[in-house]
Amino acid sequence: MSETAAASAEMHHSSTGLPSRKLLMWAFIGSECMLFGSLIITYLVYRGRSIVGPYPDELLNIPFITVTTFVLLMSSLTMVLALAAVQRNDMRQGKLWLLMTALLGLVFLSGQVYEFTHFVHEGLGLTTNLFGASFFLLTGTHGAHVFVGVIWLMTLFVLAVSGKLTSENAETVEITGLYWHFVDVVWIVLFTIIYLLV
Amino acid sequence: MENSTAEHAHASVKTYLVVAAVLGMITAVEVAIFYIDALQPVLVPLLLTLSAAKFTLVVGFFMHLKYDSKIFRGLFIGPLAVAILIILAMLALFGVFGGGGGAA
Repeated sequence: MSETAAASAEMHHSSTGLPSRKLLMWAFIGSECMLFGSLIITYLVYRGRSIVGPYPDELLNIPFITVTTFVLLMSSLTMVLALAAVQRNDMRQGKLWLLMTALLGLVFLSGQVYEFTHFVHEGLGLTTNLFGASFFLLTGTHGAHVFVGVIWLMTLFVLAVSGKLTSENAETVEITGLYWHFVDVVWIVLFTIIYLLV
Repeated sequence: MENSTAEHAHASVKTYLVVAAVLGMITAVEVAIFYIDALQPVLVPLLLTLSAAKFTLVVGFFMHLKYDSKIFRGLFIGPLAVAILIILAMLALFGVFGGGGGAA
């Protein structure tokens, strides 16, 4: 497929006049709202109903999770900087910010792995109590989304390095960004509900 | 046709940096509030408001919903509103608001 044909396929518009892939991503994000809504309500309904410990206030480390939350927030900044760079065909900056976003995502995931490991060592497993079940399910599902996002970002980075990602593919980066920012906004909600409203 | 294409102007890099700084500051304020005993009675509404502000900033500026087509806005806000309503309904059903309930 020639580059022109590839760019044309990239920018395919639906009957609404909107790019079909972007339309699909927003519809997917809408469905994700429902998914995370169901997990959040499960967590909230079970909150404070565990009859055996360990309990949230014994385990949750607010300063630590604040740092990882800040890292994820800043990854949203690097994501929009990557998009802006790709749109102006500054691929050197584009690659740098894409890689930085993926690395910040990995730092967040590392923090989550550390937290999960710590909780297990403290005696909280998936089946220990209602808090454990709902906490691991909710934050684990979010972590899985972050993991997928990191893989996606690394794929874009490799494409950029091999010269297959240019400003003509800016929509691809924008769609990736939509997914990444959604993962971020979900964490904004989870940080408040799980960690601050203990 | 209004918003017939997605080729809208996005925010500038400077705007992105300002939004990121505000997000960082709000997060710091959230954590500070958490440790102030005097604010415990209003902790829940305060934190939910700050969280909603962060949510709106990311969705509006970083996801470009402020600048993009209304169709995208509908695709996001519609399901989000349904999810929030279901959450509120379930909290009421299970008596989380303190009004009895107790379906558990």
